[in-house]
Amino acid sequence: MAETVTLTVARYRPERESEPTEQSYEVPFRKDWVVLDALNYIKDRLDGSLSFRWSCRMGVCGSCGMSVNGQPKLTCASFLSDALPGPIRVEPLRFFPVVRDLVVDITDFMRKLKKVKPWVVREEEKPLSEGEYLQTPDQLDAYKQFSMCINCMLCYSACPIYGLEPSFIGPAAIALAQRYNMDSRDQGAAERLDILSEHDGIWQCTFVGECSKVCPKNVDPAGAIQRYKLAGTAHWFKTLLPLGTR
Amino acid sequence: MSAAPRYTTYHPRWYRRRVSVWWWLESSAYTGFVVRESTSVFVALFALVILWQLRALAQGPEAYARVLARLHTPPWLAFHAVALLFVLFHSVTWFNLAPKAMVLRLGGKKVPDRLIQGMNYAAWLALSAAVAFILVRR
Repeated sequence: MAETVTLTVARYRPERESEPTEQSYEVPFRKDWVVLDALNYIKDRLDGSLSFRWSCRMGVCGSCGMSVNGQPKLTCASFLSDALPGPIRVEPLRFFPVVRDLVVDITDFMRKLKKVKPWVVREEEKPLSEGEYLQTPDQLDAYKQFSMCINCMLCYSACPIYGLEPSFIGPAAIALAQRYNMDSRDQGAAERLDILSEHDGIWQCTFVGECSKVCPKNVDPAGAIQRYKLAGTAHWFKTLLPLGTR
Repeated sequence: MSAAPRYTTYHPRWYRRRVSVWWWLESSAYTGFVVRESTSVFVALFALVILWQLRALAQGPEAYARVLARLHTPPWLAFHAVALLFVLFHSVTWFNLAPKAMVLRLGGKKVPDRLIQGMNYAAWLALSAAVAFILVRR
């Protein structure tokens, strides 16, 4: 088995370069190493100037998403052994502006996420003395899948619609809106519908389906969007009826 | 640290890569998607031809016979052969995505995707059989 493996890493140093270049590093090959381990080896031993984001090393924080051999991946969950013989190409997440090396700017996603009100919305909060909002296991099951999202943005990086139309609100934000819409304790569905049914919402999606394929948590944002289209259309038909809602 | 820091909150030197017009050739999934989207033109044309036939039918037997004669010419037969292929392709992709959009819950449990797909295919088969039955009986 190979003793070393080459990583071809995208570099972008805005104070020196006007566009990204690449740099190759030879790192030891270890069976239990993931791409993030190799990047940390480079940072610690070979080149301290390489910049990248990471935190938990266990697929929970969603910070270390990068493009590995052209596919959006969590680098903490991409084994070197799956990408042999190399060289392994590591680039910043596609469709996001690059700040430096492998670090992308995520302001756009953060702004969109906030727009869909990803929290339990109540028309009226009940007083604390009345206790918690109770929920059965079946009610939890209705939205649990969507609540697994770790905001890693791999789905945005896999979505050509987001690349071509950056105003698209995007897979994860819609999946998270669904997470709260389907929560039995939430009453904010109507508020979210206004944001999601406008031009940059669900109707931008033409169901490429790649967002669900790259999702490391099996959230299935593509499914969430298609379900929302159905719900949005049903709601629109109801507004046409004489005794319809709104 | 440099005396004059270059970074600000809105750094002007972020690098934005332009999406190539050939993005859809970058992966087989993207290519499949673009093929699906662009072949829907044939489905639309197919629907227009049916409307054209209906209009002729409403105009009387002679008009309908004229349209039928036209449709029996080689270019139209070729069009229908291609359109049939794409209509079938779109029916299959549509039924396969049905469980994504339609999530039914019975007694608190999610109805399995296969069952929803199966019900769609079964309805398709039943309707096709009914149409075939009417055609054969004539």
